[in-house]
Amino acid sequence: MRDVAIVAFAQSNCQRDAGAQNEVELIMPVLQEVYKQAGITNAQDVDFTCSGSCDYQQGAAFAFVAGVDALGAVPPIKESHVEMDAAWALYEAWLKIQMGHAESALLYGFGKSSPGELPIVLSQQLDPYYLAPLWVDTIAFAAMQARTMLDSGAITELDMAEVVARSRNNALSNPYAQLKSDGDAASLLDEPMYMSPLRRHDCCPISDGACAMIICTVEKAKEWGKPYAVIKGIDHRIETHHIGSRDLSRSVSTEIAGKAAGVASGPVDVAELYAPFSHQEIILKQALGLSDDTVINPSGGVLAGNVMMASGLSRIGEVAMRIIRGEAKRGVAHATSGPCLQQNLVTVLEAK
Amino acid sequence: MAQLAAVVGVGQTKYKTKRKDVSIAGLVREAAVAALEDADLTWNDIDAVILGKAPDMFEGIVMPELYLTDALGCNGKPMLRVHTAGSVGGSTAIVAASYVQSGVFKRILTVSFEKQSESNAMWALSNPQPFSPHLNAGAGGYFAPIIREYMRRSDAPYDAGIKVAVKDRLHGAKNPLAHLQLPNITMKEVEDSPMLWEPLRFLEACPSSDGACAMIIANEELATKSPRKPAWIRGTAMRSEPTMYAGREQVNPQAGIDCAKDVYAQAGIHNPRKDLDCAEIYVPFSWYEPMWLENLGFADVGKGWELTMSGATSLDEGGDIPWNCSGGVLSSNPIGASGMIRFAEAAQQVRGEAHGHQVEGAKTALGHAYGGGAQFFSMWVVSADKP
Repeated sequence: MRDVAIVAFAQSNCQRDAGAQNEVELIMPVLQEVYKQAGITNAQDVDFTCSGSCDYQQGAAFAFVAGVDALGAVPPIKESHVEMDAAWALYEAWLKIQMGHAESALLYGFGKSSPGELPIVLSQQLDPYYLAPLWVDTIAFAAMQARTMLDSGAITELDMAEVVARSRNNALSNPYAQLKSDGDAASLLDEPMYMSPLRRHDCCPISDGACAMIICTVEKAKEWGKPYAVIKGIDHRIETHHIGSRDLSRSVSTEIAGKAAGVASGPVDVAELYAPFSHQEIILKQALGLSDDTVINPSGGVLAGNVMMASGLSRIGEVAMRIIRGEAKRGVAHATSGPCLQQNLVTVLEAK
Repeated sequence: MAQLAAVVGVGQTKYKTKRKDVSIAGLVREAAVAALEDADLTWNDIDAVILGKAPDMFEGIVMPELYLTDALGCNGKPMLRVHTAGSVGGSTAIVAASYVQSGVFKRILTVSFEKQSESNAMWALSNPQPFSPHLNAGAGGYFAPIIREYMRRSDAPYDAGIKVAVKDRLHGAKNPLAHLQLPNITMKEVEDSPMLWEPLRFLEACPSSDGACAMIIANEELATKSPRKPAWIRGTAMRSEPTMYAGREQVNPQAGIDCAKDVYAQAGIHNPRKDLDCAEIYVPFSWYEPMWLENLGFADVGKGWELTMSGATSLDEGGDIPWNCSGGVLSSNPIGASGMIRFAEAAQQVRGEAHGHQVEGAKTALGHAYGGGAQFFSMWVVSADKP
């Protein structure tokens, strides 16, 4: 596979409630920012555009159609959309570049979760005959997963609190983060239970926002004269929807995707893992075989701010930007979807 | 360079108003298993699954591909979900093809579906949104004024739409999978059916259907070894433009014109009416046949209806460029699958597998889908001949 360059990335602040701003208004600033970084004018200057969003967040069929209004798609453009996190939009564009149908692509993801009750909305992504009628929400599922790990002795509550404390501390240096603090793990354990064994801080916050990225062939990046990070490997996998058929303390689909993307073929300086619940970061670290030498979630990760449908692409952007700034040479980014990490995408990025 | 890829298996369910005998998982699996059988393959032969459907609100399930993973034998494999409005079935086939054309995967399964009976599409399309005008009209009400403008500009006879409605239902009567089976339909019957959205009558509109369509796409090496004839993918194209902007041409959208030019250039099509043997075009309302005949370059602007009225697009009248031999969207409309059915039926024609609605000797065919406010387009050209 040919190397693909990430030349631009921008994200909005993670806000609990973007108020009257609509999706187009959330998208426009991040698009303008990536155009500026790449030195282009608008979506007409790339060969392909792809986005990720979810109709149910907005509560409307074809919610993504309005997003096209943000692109300046006159004359018409080559454009597509996934009803997934925008990390998968990146994957679709990466295939287009591999097959030679595009040299450059614009990607964006957006979500406004504030108008609804996100955990309840997401409960409707479960099997509609056996699970959805029970209204099991995402937090309940994650709590069950954490409980099996605690009961088996795989983790302790302190391990979970340490993930949260590190996330909040790291977020202090992230201007886009929603939750940041300098507390330690021990004091977090004094907090009350929310949905046992999860405390409120074990769960990612609900955020509104958007992110955007521009990728291209290495030749194009050189032509544009912009610094870039290189996608060395990318793969995505899904596993059974039936929670009862899975070992919840592992993420088998992440393991497969990590191998296929080549995570182990070099040292990993930095990793951004999409772990909406604290214990899931521990599962993902193991699934990807990351050592203690890897800096995990230096941005604070999604425990510090989680824009559904954009957070996965943002993990990739965070790693790419650290590589571009020279803070890391090789990094791993991960995106997830579905209950208890059902679906996962892994990207390996390197300096040019 | 893109690697060669071909359709080696096609599977479709029977289309009908309510498939009460199967769950949603059962519906998609029925199409997928039929495609595997057509290609003489098993689940283990599939590297990835690419799923498409129209809005999740049509069934009331958020991202149903998560739940459908098990039914589609996808555990441990990549699963991608495409959603590009009504064009989604076509876009999904194009994204699926890119899994193979990129050289990343050897053989993939792509599926699209809609189970309209689980919910109410008219409701799902019409819930009010902040900051937007509230259209309570559904798709027919949206397109009717655009059709009236076409009739005004082209001075088309009032019964061109009626002619299409009859022609596609007669085609559908040759296809046992088609939802509407109306072998005795007449112009008079269509004309006497209730007016829904002037000038569209009840029988000039597509039905609401449950159904799924699946295809298996393989690389050159595996396609050559396939037991039945492959349909070689000669070109794929997609285009989008905004729903509304000042001066937008809605009757003959630029995105459709550009998309057709792109796919024809890839496939070496210079004169679509001559170089293509048949076409499966997304015509959910009768008048869109003459309109798309012009948009896609089969007829000059303002002359599409003449082709329709002459019988050129009719299999029964021995037309030189039959459109929608399967019965088209006017005979079956599981929305999310309707685009893929067009792409798959184009493949079946060039594979010689269209049975009762086969165009004799068809070598090259166009598959077409559109969506949104006639603003999203996806097209492919498939051929019996390897490029």
